[in-house]
Amino acid sequence: MDIKITNIVEAILLGAGRPIRISEMRSILENDGISVELSDIKKSLNILEERYADTSLEIIDVASGYRIQIKNEHSASLSHLWNEKTPRISKALMETISIIAYKQPVTRGDIEDIRGVTVSTKTIRDLLERNWIKLSGYREVPGRPALYVTTKDFLNDLSLKNISELPDLPESIDNKDIDLLSKAV
Amino acid sequence: MLNNNINQLEFPTYMGEKFEKLPDDLFIPPNALEICLETFSGPLDLLLYLIRKENINILDLDVSNITDQYLEYIEMMDALKFELAADYLVMAATLAEIKSRLMLPKDSFEEEEEDPRAALIKRLQEYQRFKIVSEKIAVLPLVDRDTFIASAKKPEIKIDNHHEINISSEELYDTIREVLSRPNYKTNHLIDFEELSTQERIQILLNFLDKQNIITFSKTLKKNEGKKGVVVTLLASLELAKDGYVELIQNKSDELFLKSKQV
Repeated sequence: MDIKITNIVEAILLGAGRPIRISEMRSILENDGISVELSDIKKSLNILEERYADTSLEIIDVASGYRIQIKNEHSASLSHLWNEKTPRISKALMETISIIAYKQPVTRGDIEDIRGVTVSTKTIRDLLERNWIKLSGYREVPGRPALYVTTKDFLNDLSLKNISELPDLPESIDNKDIDLLSKAV
Repeated sequence: MLNNNINQLEFPTYMGEKFEKLPDDLFIPPNALEICLETFSGPLDLLLYLIRKENINILDLDVSNITDQYLEYIEMMDALKFELAADYLVMAATLAEIKSRLMLPKDSFEEEEEDPRAALIKRLQEYQRFKIVSEKIAVLPLVDRDTFIASAKKPEIKIDNHHEINISSEELYDTIREVLSRPNYKTNHLIDFEELSTQERIQILLNFLDKQNIITFSKTLKKNEGKKGVVVTLLASLELAKDGYVELIQNKSDELFLKSKQV
């Protein structure tokens, strides 16, 4: 494998500062007059991964492509460097995004039914601003409420490749259990 | 109600002495409980908390007991001027309704009527599923909190697009008037390349006359230029004659001669 291509791939990953697809890397290389196969870039990524094994860097494969990042074990040092605390994500926001993630597409009403509390406009706006959710359409019922789905950025931010990689949703209650209740009364 | 709640708290032991009541001079920040209450994300969250505190299964929910505790919290929130979300009151009403129905003698239930708690328990269970999973998602490594992307910084190119425009309406009016009064420069002019130019032909004739004093008109013509060529050459000859550079001589043979007048 050409070391030059591996180094260009590394440079692109660093320059991107976001996940980037192999195909996108190939077109950048082609613009430089370097013609490679997708498999060559994949090999370069493997070489980089090996090279990074003893360093603070790693390459991971997320929803929108490959990303170069600092290993989580060093995050604390960076937090000290930047001396900044990322604002805590509220319980309400986490519950809302979870319901959207597992039940999508959902309306605000669907979320409220499960959470038993009004979903504030701020929560939805926060999620939209984070680019974690997007509008996917409107439910064809009176009032045509907006339907929301999660985005690739949501998965990227959680370092996931696919929505199925989210933790399993606990089993829902059996109707049998509900029936048993009647006897208990 | 508030005092009642405080009595339920466990008091610490200090130097072997057990505190049975709060010291009179103990300062409790007025917002302390409010902060604690605000951590509930809704009435279902509060209910789940109360159930868990009792260490019972949701299915064994003792509505009577939970309702009392729930209302106690609601009253405490109210006493603290905590702005009560309507959702908390709706739940209080729901609980009170279930409690009252459970208090009715059993035989007053119709045979097929389901447990009045069923709907609530179902909602609690459903909510709990998402509460649990949201707590799991909340601790996943998150970009910009637990995970940092390595990148070469893109150079910041600052383009100042925001020039402040400070102009009075009079100035604006004068400007637009001036613009509108400008002549229309949009008229098109098509400039053709002049195939046979008189000016150029004059130069050619002069070159001829530099070499020999006298030339025949017909010898300066080019066959491929045709009639146009004859006309242009004649015009050039006349022009030269007019300005006194040449003398045009024609004898009986019909041939035209150009004779240089320059010495």
